[in-house]
Amino acid sequence: MRLELYRVLQQCRRGVLLDLGLSGEHSLELPGCLLYTRCGTVPHLTYHTLCTLKHLPAVTQITLDSLAEHQEVLEEFQEGVRRFAGLKDTLIFCSLHDSAAPNHTGYTTNKTVSVWGSGGRIELTVAQYMALQKAIRPNWYQSMADGETRQLNPTRKRVCKAVDRTLSHLDECLSLHLKTEELRGAEIFGVVEGADVLEERVRSARETAKRPVGGFVLDGFHTEAMSQELRSQLIMAVIKELPENKPRVLLGVGHPDEVLACVEDGIDLFEGFFPFQVTERGCALSFSYTLDPNPESTERNGREFEEIPEHRESETLGHQQKKTPFEINLKDRRYQDDFCPLVVGCGCYCCKNHQRAYLHHLLMTNELLAGVLLMVHNLEHYCGFFCSLRGALESGRLDALKKKVLQGRV
Amino acid sequence: MAASTERETDMGSVNAGVSARRAVSSAPPLALRILAECPVSKARACDLTLPHCTVNTPVFMPVGTQGTMKGITSDQLEDLGCQICLGNTYHLGMRPGPEIMEKAKGLHNFMNWKNNLLTDSGGFQMVSLVALSEVTEEGVRFQSPYDGKEILLSPEQSIAIQNSLGSDIMMQLDDVVSSTITGPRVEEAMKRSIRWLDRCIAANKNPDRQNLFAIIQGGLNAELRKACLEEMTKREVPGFAIGGLSGGEAKDDFWKMVTLSTDYLPRAKPRYLMGVGYAVELVVCVALGCDMFDCVFPTRTARFGSALVPWGSLQLKKKQFAKDFQPIDPDCHCPTCKRHSRAYIHALFKCDTAAMHHVTIHNIAYQLSLMRAVRASILEARFPEFVRTFMRRMYPSRETYPNWAVEALATVNITLD
Repeated sequence: MRLELYRVLQQCRRGVLLDLGLSGEHSLELPGCLLYTRCGTVPHLTYHTLCTLKHLPAVTQITLDSLAEHQEVLEEFQEGVRRFAGLKDTLIFCSLHDSAAPNHTGYTTNKTVSVWGSGGRIELTVAQYMALQKAIRPNWYQSMADGETRQLNPTRKRVCKAVDRTLSHLDECLSLHLKTEELRGAEIFGVVEGADVLEERVRSARETAKRPVGGFVLDGFHTEAMSQELRSQLIMAVIKELPENKPRVLLGVGHPDEVLACVEDGIDLFEGFFPFQVTERGCALSFSYTLDPNPESTERNGREFEEIPEHRESETLGHQQKKTPFEINLKDRRYQDDFCPLVVGCGCYCCKNHQRAYLHHLLMTNELLAGVLLMVHNLEHYCGFFCSLRGALESGRLDALKKKVLQGRV
Repeated sequence: MAASTERETDMGSVNAGVSARRAVSSAPPLALRILAECPVSKARACDLTLPHCTVNTPVFMPVGTQGTMKGITSDQLEDLGCQICLGNTYHLGMRPGPEIMEKAKGLHNFMNWKNNLLTDSGGFQMVSLVALSEVTEEGVRFQSPYDGKEILLSPEQSIAIQNSLGSDIMMQLDDVVSSTITGPRVEEAMKRSIRWLDRCIAANKNPDRQNLFAIIQGGLNAELRKACLEEMTKREVPGFAIGGLSGGEAKDDFWKMVTLSTDYLPRAKPRYLMGVGYAVELVVCVALGCDMFDCVFPTRTARFGSALVPWGSLQLKKKQFAKDFQPIDPDCHCPTCKRHSRAYIHALFKCDTAAMHHVTIHNIAYQLSLMRAVRASILEARFPEFVRTFMRRMYPSRETYPNWAVEALATVNITLD
């Protein structure tokens, strides 16, 4: 794995990860997002519907939350999760928790972490964690980490303990990694913890950077955990401690405005759970991100904006996350006879073939196709946003893109 | 790939259908060309030309109740070779309602489905789903489960909704009674269904592009069935359905009513057996002379993890499949079997709806390819042999063949070994 930077502006990086995969056949453009999956499947999608997407991320993210319960099966299968899930041509990044799933606290110990599958809690020691990785055979995986400081409003002592534990887990993981034939060629990403304590963040980053890791995972910066201002401060401090030649993955952050800010702070990779959350609340991403100066797309962007201020904040959504200003709620009555595509000019399968009125109908009747079509659109829109973000970095127009994306905010 | 060849044959048959219209009498916009008739049984293979494409019969029609095929995109359904599917008038009439349908320029447009659609009349759901319904000469009166408003579904109303849906085949509103009741109510329902057929024919605003099928009623009473057949076949309708069956009656009663109906139905018009979808019923009823079938079973059972295979079904959620790394059916060419194992689908059922989609795709593929194999055997004059092979594969031994199927097949000269 080799990181090549085309353009660096202060902390902000535009680059590419090369020579990925066992035979070095893959590459990944940065900044980018990972392909979000549960049990190796992009929610609601089959191979056919997934293949309608044009800008699919080269790296698929899987989590132990959805895979730990299948350890025995994967061990017997022997060929790793990629073949088990029929994914074939992709790289696998394995992280601990599903950022879109409810998060549980109070179960982490000195020696173990817990994940939650369909059958409940599964507790993992480092040895068990590594046995799971051996069965999963990812290309990259995060080391075992104590990320429990994310919601507890932890004391400084607890934060310090989390950093210590995470470093000690990392050392154990690294030593087992070397002994595991099945993980040859795979990379461990070290996890930076430290909650909102600047000194602990810096210590965590500095110590992790001393280890032979392939990259870094920044944990505990979730949307709900802190303001963007604080997040940026902490990230910048962390990044000062990290080497330039290794990728930085940020967990738990997915809103476009936060992504833009964090890219400026030096983040390379994000998780892809946000489009899934939007889908689950019956919404479609509709924010504008096109900087293309050609008149056709300017016109279409103009249309998108007109619609956004109409949103009523009183809309009640049956999902835990609140609707963000980057999406429209298709359950709203006003879409029942709206025969426009979700986003005018969008080239996704859903927008090319279906109209808002149909999606409204599917949502009102609880039909499964609603999730399929919304997931296709939201994924395409989100990946398109990252594409545009990379383009803006290349042409030095990040500010213009920020303006455009934030323009639609209520 | 397969889709483009499919389309070419369709175009070919459209032209063939036009000339066939002259040779075989039929009311436009439908033409039935009988390609082969089994020399032994009553089975037949036809090309049924409808406004959106030609349908190769015998055909199984998957049910897309609310304008969608349960998580499968219209492209996926088309790729499986589906030439006609169903929409339910009762559901679509409630939500989104005829007004939206008119604005959407019909159900084809609304759901982006390029091939044919058949819509039912709404009568069956009304009686089976709505507790508070009352049938009078006027129509079916019921309370909307969504807003509690009292609604009357008359024959005229049913056709008006189906006209707004723009389906290629519409069904008359019939007076549906349970197939297990007897007595004067069955006769009343049969006679009323005839009167309602006339009202439906008169109400059809688009006879040039929407076919209206009559529904034979009469319960399990042969005399009433015959009377209904005699009256309804006097009408100029483009096709007939055999209704009032597949509602929990004894299989022995069921097949006798089917074979009685096909004996009296005109050869030149399509015969649609409503609500039939188990593989063995399909094969037997093709032998008895039926051309079209529909059933929610294959798609509904898929969502519960039941995958249809030539030897029965696999309950994929059961633990025994957790480490079974074979495809559902190693001989199946569907997108699911080409890519996924039983073990993976078993695991996926614990966390994502895509597991259901995989099995739904497989089950539709199974039904459609079963019917393609039936058709090929009729065209090649080896249908009786096909039935024997099918039964041998489906059942572990001769002793386990269902009696009704053995008897029914014997009446059309197919003996099982």
